[in-house]
Amino acid sequence: MSLATVRKARSAIAMGACIASAVIGIAALAIILGALLWNGFSSLSLDVFTKMTPPPGASGGLLNAIVGSLIMTVLGVAIGAPLGLLAGTYMAEYGRYSKLTTVVRFINDILLSAPSIVIGLFVYEITVLQMGHFSAYAGALALALLVVPVVVRTTEDMLNLVPGGLREAAIAMGLPRSLIIRHIAYKAARAGLITGLLLAVARVSGETAPLLFTALNNQFFSSNLNAPMASLPVVIFQFAMSPYKDWQSLAWAGALLITAAVLTLSIGARILGAQKTFK
Amino acid sequence: MNEAYSQDHDATSAEVFGGDASGFIPALPEKMSVRNLDFFYGDNRALKSVNVPLYDRKVTAFIGPSGCGKSTLLRVLNRMYDLYPGQRAVGDVLLDGENVLDPRLDVNALRARVGMVFQKPTPFPMTIYENIAFGVRLYEKLGKADMDERVEKALRGAAIWDEVKDKLNASGLSLSGGQQQRLCIARTVAIQPEVILFDEPCSALDPISTAKIEELFDELREAYTIAIVTHNMQQAVRVSQYTAFMYLGEMVEFGETDQIFQTPRESRTQDYITGRFG
Repeated sequence: MSLATVRKARSAIAMGACIASAVIGIAALAIILGALLWNGFSSLSLDVFTKMTPPPGASGGLLNAIVGSLIMTVLGVAIGAPLGLLAGTYMAEYGRYSKLTTVVRFINDILLSAPSIVIGLFVYEITVLQMGHFSAYAGALALALLVVPVVVRTTEDMLNLVPGGLREAAIAMGLPRSLIIRHIAYKAARAGLITGLLLAVARVSGETAPLLFTALNNQFFSSNLNAPMASLPVVIFQFAMSPYKDWQSLAWAGALLITAAVLTLSIGARILGAQKTFK
Repeated sequence: MNEAYSQDHDATSAEVFGGDASGFIPALPEKMSVRNLDFFYGDNRALKSVNVPLYDRKVTAFIGPSGCGKSTLLRVLNRMYDLYPGQRAVGDVLLDGENVLDPRLDVNALRARVGMVFQKPTPFPMTIYENIAFGVRLYEKLGKADMDERVEKALRGAAIWDEVKDKLNASGLSLSGGQQQRLCIARTVAIQPEVILFDEPCSALDPISTAKIEELFDELREAYTIAIVTHNMQQAVRVSQYTAFMYLGEMVEFGETDQIFQTPRESRTQDYITGRFG
């Protein structure tokens, strides 16, 4: 066999393996999404958005879970995002060459890949056990701890992408650091920063484990942050495991809602990220 | 402008020197003076006992092959090297007699007095108007009308007013490269510095944009002391009154531009300007 034939044969094998892998991956995703759309849409109705989670055998919806998820996600992001933004800003702007930054980056990477159930247990220890009851506060805190590392990472990366020349040009005008960060670096990195935030929201909105240990669940509508609160992932977990047909179908509807929300956020993040923010 | 140029020539006698500045008797006030300056990138000594004056309201060109320390020298003059760890300068750099290397010096105040224009145009991600007004606002409280006036004056000073006057609210990034560079010059001029450092301001620009910026120099030097690093020797001849030739971190020769290019004293200068190396 000539060298060229061998090379072509190798290429064909490698190409075949690549295509097969891609097909398997995409097929799995397609089956999951297909099942979700099929079962989810057939369970979707106005009741889902207007009624509370029902006892077995009764009709009901997911309103309390949807509202609970929204409250705890918003609160968690409101606590976690500023922390992450400030830490990331320190690492990229003030402490770019400091040892502290290296240490913080390392710890942050660990936090980023820590199993969320560990975060849930940690928050359970420091809040639920101390307060003596589950609460939405604890749930939001657990979600905040998941938001922080994502936002730290994207903030640092995005600020590091701001061209050094732009920063130097501003410094060469005698502008103070704080002004350069607020008016030039943040502006230049804006799309990237918002993308990071959206990704963090997407990450936490599907989390179940940390909420199981903290906010638990609530069969009724509650806006009391000091009491247990329902959330979509926990309700899905509970209902999907149950033997009741109507609970299972509500779980499908909830899964579809979360997936649609996360997908929307991810696509939004993609679109923003693709925008050319700086040259 | 030509008249002024020839006057400069008469004003300074053929007082030229090679090697170092100690034997030079300045006929003009020195806005900045670099004395026995050494510069280190870590352990690497990038500048070796450099001496050079920047005469008040004159253009001084720095020429030499890549890596000879021209840009490094410029970045010492406004303490830009401060931003990076492991870089340090030893010696004296005087601005109106005050040592700018003094660690207690307010570097932001220094940079407001010694402005810089970079090789790559770097408009801020904001409107053309804001690109100018942003810096001004930091140093002066101006009303709307005064600010408008200052912005116009700065844009006129950088010969870009006519091109942007109808789109002051457009993004600075929407301009062409040559326009962006003039916007950067306008931005620097607007905060009314005393010295302006140009680090190869035209090397990323086309010939027409380059010509427009070169034309600015004669006007700018009426108000500012200027240093320009350039790889283009014709540009040095066209815009400067004094030229410094650097090689491997040393100041090889400093003198009037005509003298440097017509009767260089050092053979290395001669070799460089005739294109034998570099």
